[in-house]
Amino acid sequence: MTDADSLQTEVAALERELMRAIGAAGETATLEQVRVAALGRKGRITELMHGLPALAPAERKRAGAAFNAVRDRIAAAIAARQRALHEAEVEARLRAEALDVTLPPRPTDRGTIHPVSQVTEEIIAIFADMGFTVAEGPDIEDDFHNFTALNIPPEHPARQMHDTFYLEAAPGAAPMVLRTHTSPVQIRAMRAGPPPYRVIAPGRTFRRDSDQTHTPMFHQVEGLVIDRSTHMGNLKGCLEEFGRAFFEVENLRMRFRPSHFPFTEPSAEVDIGCRRKGNELVIGAGEDWLEILGCGMVHPRVLEHVGLDPETHQGFAFGMGIDRVAMLKYGIPDLRAFFESDLRWLRHYGFAALDVPGLAMGLAR
Amino acid sequence: MRFTLSWLGEHLDAAESLERLSESLIALGLEVEAIIDRAAALAPFVVARVIEARAHPNADRLKVCVVDAGGAPLQVVCGAPNARAGMKAVFAPPGTVIPGTGLQLTRSTMRGIESNGMLLSERELGLGEDHAGIIDLDAAAVVGTPAAGALGLDDPVIDVAVTPNRPDCLGVRGIARDLAAAGQGTLKPRAMAAIPGRFQSPIGVRLAFSAETAAACPLFCGRYIRGVRNGPSPRWLQDRLKAIGLRPISALVDITNFVTMDLGRPLHVFDADTLAGGIHVRLSRTGERIAALNGRTYVLDDQVTVIADDDGVLGLGGVIGGEGSGCRESTVNVFVESALFDPLRTAASGRRLGIESDARYRFERGVDPESAWPGIEVATEMILALCGGEPSEAVSAGAVPAWRRSIRFRPARVQHLGGLDIPEDETLGILASLGFAVAGAGAELAVTPPSWRSDIHGEADLVEEVVRVHGYDRVPAVPLSRTARVTRPAVAPRQRRTAMVRRALAARGLCEAVTWSFLAARQAALFGGGDPALHLSNPISADLDTMRPSPLPNLIAAAARNLARGHDRVALFEIGAGYADTTPDGQSLIAAGIRCGAAAPRHWAAAERAPDVYDAKADLVEALQAAGASVEGLQHDTATPTWYHGGQAGAVKLGPKTVLGHFGVVHPRVLEALDVAAPLVAFELYLDRLPAPRARGSRMRPPLATSDLPAVERDFAFVVEQAVSADAVVRAARGADRALIVDVAVFDVYVGAAVGAGRKSLAVAVRLRPTERTLTEAEIEAVSRKIIAAVGKTTGGTLRT
Repeated sequence: MTDADSLQTEVAALERELMRAIGAAGETATLEQVRVAALGRKGRITELMHGLPALAPAERKRAGAAFNAVRDRIAAAIAARQRALHEAEVEARLRAEALDVTLPPRPTDRGTIHPVSQVTEEIIAIFADMGFTVAEGPDIEDDFHNFTALNIPPEHPARQMHDTFYLEAAPGAAPMVLRTHTSPVQIRAMRAGPPPYRVIAPGRTFRRDSDQTHTPMFHQVEGLVIDRSTHMGNLKGCLEEFGRAFFEVENLRMRFRPSHFPFTEPSAEVDIGCRRKGNELVIGAGEDWLEILGCGMVHPRVLEHVGLDPETHQGFAFGMGIDRVAMLKYGIPDLRAFFESDLRWLRHYGFAALDVPGLAMGLAR
Repeated sequence: MRFTLSWLGEHLDAAESLERLSESLIALGLEVEAIIDRAAALAPFVVARVIEARAHPNADRLKVCVVDAGGAPLQVVCGAPNARAGMKAVFAPPGTVIPGTGLQLTRSTMRGIESNGMLLSERELGLGEDHAGIIDLDAAAVVGTPAAGALGLDDPVIDVAVTPNRPDCLGVRGIARDLAAAGQGTLKPRAMAAIPGRFQSPIGVRLAFSAETAAACPLFCGRYIRGVRNGPSPRWLQDRLKAIGLRPISALVDITNFVTMDLGRPLHVFDADTLAGGIHVRLSRTGERIAALNGRTYVLDDQVTVIADDDGVLGLGGVIGGEGSGCRESTVNVFVESALFDPLRTAASGRRLGIESDARYRFERGVDPESAWPGIEVATEMILALCGGEPSEAVSAGAVPAWRRSIRFRPARVQHLGGLDIPEDETLGILASLGFAVAGAGAELAVTPPSWRSDIHGEADLVEEVVRVHGYDRVPAVPLSRTARVTRPAVAPRQRRTAMVRRALAARGLCEAVTWSFLAARQAALFGGGDPALHLSNPISADLDTMRPSPLPNLIAAAARNLARGHDRVALFEIGAGYADTTPDGQSLIAAGIRCGAAAPRHWAAAERAPDVYDAKADLVEALQAAGASVEGLQHDTATPTWYHGGQAGAVKLGPKTVLGHFGVVHPRVLEALDVAAPLVAFELYLDRLPAPRARGSRMRPPLATSDLPAVERDFAFVVEQAVSADAVVRAARGADRALIVDVAVFDVYVGAAVGAGRKSLAVAVRLRPTERTLTEAEIEAVSRKIIAAVGKTTGGTLRT
């Protein structure tokens, strides 16, 4: 047995011993001790390597290659073991960090949009597509805009105290009124610039009424189209398109009934088809009718009041209850609740902040 | 306006189903409110003859009857005192539901005697209050037939809503005329011959008005009829009146009510023997009194048209008759009135006195001016037929007022305005069938409306008549022409901005409310409102008598209601008007919001806290940002209105003058007044004060300026007096080097012994962004010194050591 042979045997034993120690190292610190003991400056493999110069040159070369191979295997084993131990330690740490993920997350408060606002935006979206713009007018109106210009004579019952809210008059002045309809915005829109006009005017309206189905304040949307040729057929066409789009019923049945308003001639009331099933109301189906709005061709005297010649200009107007169509579309039972600000109601019937109605994405989800 | 099917048949030859008739009425603009088919509800009940009625062996007040209801004789136990053999009664077989009690009838045994049905009283049948005995039908009633026929209830009642422009349809004949024009049958002709008088009326009539007030009663016609016998009117007349909800009184009174409903022609009949001297029609004198037929006494002013005799007021013209001169059972001689009264004066008088009557309802809408004379003849004819008597010559004062007017009519307008393309002869046929006279030929005609159509004044009215009678449903629907191929925005930038604020606030967790535009004056006053000019003179209640200065007070009241309902966290907002005066400019758009109760839902990972001034500030700032305001440039101020907590509220301003909004804790005095038990924070944003958004212009964003040079952050802690605002420190630091300093953020506030009483430490992080090259330590030092100097100079703050 040569020196080299015994050295080889010793190395092989050392490799086995070190491999066992690496395998036995249960944590990175122990493994590091093994590494230093084997491969450190004073490590055992390093020391064995120091014995190489004592060998004969031929043996030295052979043993050197073998030692290097052993050193590399040990180093690789340590690295592998290190990775495994690190993985295990991370796993253990994560296990220790485990939380009860069934606990509720931090809450996000979600507010709601009132049905009146939502439905107003729906209405605007539809009429925008038909070329209408949105006009506005004040809630506190004068007699001229609310009545006279709309061909409502002083003796008309609507002017009586039981229908109209009056503000206390300044001495010598006529009392102002809370507008009883959005129709005065017609007058304001027509006085603001030359025809043609195609406007809608949503807003608050007031009547001295308070019972199961009436509130002293409610919402209307006015519509006005004036040009040189718009006729009753266009009125029907416009409102039928609106009805289908708003109620999202393609074959919605609509009925135009003759009626009377001082500011339109001819005048009509419009019903939509529906079916009542117990407490449920299905719009568009069935044999029943529900009134949704009043309309007509703008009365020649109204046109004259704003300086337009009824011989050359004509068109239609309509007025629709926003709260009413909101109730019909969304099955909201009680008008009075609209204005009670009960959080339970607002959350139940309200709409999500990001639920912006539009024709492209759909009016309502 | 109510009528029955058979009543309509008196005027209209038609064989239409009730359903078809109803559709036609609706299509004509006579909205059918209800069709009451009383026979249908009474279908289970039949006419029965009482064959035998003997005493109940075990009960004094019961009778055992044997009845023939069309089948085998039935034994029925009956408690009615009037049950007797031979009478005809209304029989309910077992199984029927008794309308008056709502109970289902069962075969039963009463005191040991079996009862197979029931004989009904009026009350049990749901027809009235009479429960003294069972209904005693006419002897001619046919056993086994539906009781509805024998009761005169087999005539369906139709209730239509007549619009105020159609007084001609406040009589059955007017409705029949409309139906006939629409092709629903033929209007029956009505011959009206003047009835010759046999003697001169002993009672004369006189109109006593000045030239200015003569319109109050342009025509008064009358006739004396002597020797009448008043008493119950015949069954057919009573049935008709009862069917439409009128109570039969006596033949004379029933005749006037019938003609009112039949022809829309109100009448009055005086007991002529109660009259003193002749009749004169005049305006009332202040203080005059009248005991009216409704049992009430009215004191008059000097503006009411009255029918009077030498002793005083007999009746209120066109409104109501007087008790003293009315007809009684004993009346022998009568004076019939058929007159015209001014619609406006009638309406005003009725309203002032608070009297509703069928006469007023018609006169204030306008009674056919040509109907006064025929009214006298119709009334005379009916009185002679039902009560006998001998008529005088008719007397009158005044004249039929001029009503004929010619209206230019171009048949082409039916198409141009009405959108209905129909042949001209059809157009003219419709007008003729409604009673219009058409003259001329060609493109322009002259049309005279009939006397009963006071609502028709212009060409548009005529177009409506043609389109209405032809049918609105036959006007083809034509979509509006498009004004743009791709939809243009419908809202102005300002309106869009409002929508953005609304959705931003909802996204922050506030629920949108819509509250009344009015509130109690004392509440308005708490919020700087309550100007007497903004008081309603006729509020719905004292709690809603003043226009609100802001949506805020009503939101706070809503919060109180929600807290009372048990909500522990309330966050509400409203975007709506506040009113500073009654002009259009006095109305402004305000976004207001409140938070009270808990700031957030209770959660295991967060400490509970109440909302504070900074929550309100965050809401306001968020709303401002959504409105497109540049929040960076805004100024802050502690001057706030009286409804906020003096030390925990602030104002956000655009420049020194324009206050954009307020935020803060609401003053406890205000909360107390509004019954809010918990602290509450609020904000108000005056949307109209924001600069107008640019309507058009470039959508281009400024180029993004980035730098690869590292930003530097340095922290400073300044000790300042308590009164020094954080804003002042930040502004001072920021101003120290406008080029380098891009941000100054407060990250700590400390109050305590370490900085001394009355002082606080504010720690700010200053961010420097070099633009050309990396800053050297010396340069950073130089900026730091400038910052410390600037803060020291403007706030007196020193670096905390």
